[in-house]
Amino acid sequence: MIRLNSQQIAKFVAEGYLRFDGVVPQALNEQLLSRFQSVDPSNHGNLRGYYHEAVDQRVLPIGASGLPLDQVFDAEPLFSALLAVPEIAGAICSLLGEAPRFDHHFLHVTLTPETQTRMQLPTAAQHYHQDSTIDPELAFDIQLFYFPQAVTEAMGGTRFLPGSHLRTVSEAAIARYQNILGQQHVVCPAGSVFIFHKGLWHGGGLNTSEMMRYLYKIRLAPGASQVRQWDTSDLAPIDDHQGPTFWREASGGSAVQEILMRPQPWFEYDVGRLELINRIKLWRYLLGDPAADVDYWLTRLERPQLIDRGPSL
Amino acid sequence: MEYQERQQVLVLYLASSALDSPVIGWSIYDGSSMETPQTGHQDEPPYGSGLAAMRDGWRLIQASPLISHQVGQEFRTDYLKYEFFFERWSTQNERRA
Repeated sequence: MIRLNSQQIAKFVAEGYLRFDGVVPQALNEQLLSRFQSVDPSNHGNLRGYYHEAVDQRVLPIGASGLPLDQVFDAEPLFSALLAVPEIAGAICSLLGEAPRFDHHFLHVTLTPETQTRMQLPTAAQHYHQDSTIDPELAFDIQLFYFPQAVTEAMGGTRFLPGSHLRTVSEAAIARYQNILGQQHVVCPAGSVFIFHKGLWHGGGLNTSEMMRYLYKIRLAPGASQVRQWDTSDLAPIDDHQGPTFWREASGGSAVQEILMRPQPWFEYDVGRLELINRIKLWRYLLGDPAADVDYWLTRLERPQLIDRGPSL
Repeated sequence: MEYQERQQVLVLYLASSALDSPVIGWSIYDGSSMETPQTGHQDEPPYGSGLAAMRDGWRLIQASPLISHQVGQEFRTDYLKYEFFFERWSTQNERRA
């Protein structure tokens, strides 16, 4: 497997996602796509009927939530092979540690306009939402979004908002937000995998093409420690050293810290600072270092130099 | 031919509580149109600020209040904080609706 490096982990902490374009071999993409297409939504009058048949036909295997991941796909070589792709296996291990747990998986089919109309479904992109429910924990699950086909703009690839993963919201409560600066839409070659932090805001796009779009999504939870599971050989002293803040030389700093502090265009002026602080909390969690800091954000508030900090206001 | 007015709502999310601060998010709900509202379909905001929308005829009808931070929750981030609702009224041909 190919484990993530520290800059990739920093990007995940800051933006809540990683993308791996075209990492799945084409032969495996074709086999998995063939399996996903083995039940055709076009033959059904509504989505419920389609999914009933897709489950009956075991388009995806059925596995109990909470099982160790390696037990779920024992008898499913295609799915085992997907999760064994070196970049994917390495990313899972780097983010979740040893023995990750299976939460659930699902096959999302974004229908063609013709099928949508016939099923009397609204021709609209899915609203923004955060999966599952309110979850303020720093420990995190990940979700793999696997696209076995090339996804064009017209196919309505998943829309997502980088950096939104640390906002604690309640699932579809954010549906009112139609457009947010910096939002991205998945356009990718076949065999691409996106890994989302559990909290990343996203929604399915509107498919205006003539092709059904298939997305295999699988949610995984940590089974053990998430601390320093990636390839830390590139972590340098400068990444953990408190240097000058704001008034400093433009070059020669830590690339990891620069990634961690890179703002998003949609951050409110004041809340954006809280986002940076929450990133540092997540970075501390992953480093296993409760004193780690970037740009003095948390140390300034903690005042570790004082024995008695006095009461709060 | 009967004409009736329909409400159009513009929601702007700003970078701060000031109406002249930049737009970071936006939504439009048009009661005069039968088109389905879409999510994620625009990359550029319709106005640069709340004030720019007012100068184009939109009336501010609601603004997010500034709320005290709950003890222990000072660093929690959640919904877009500076939400401003604007409205405009549009004449619509009732028969076409």
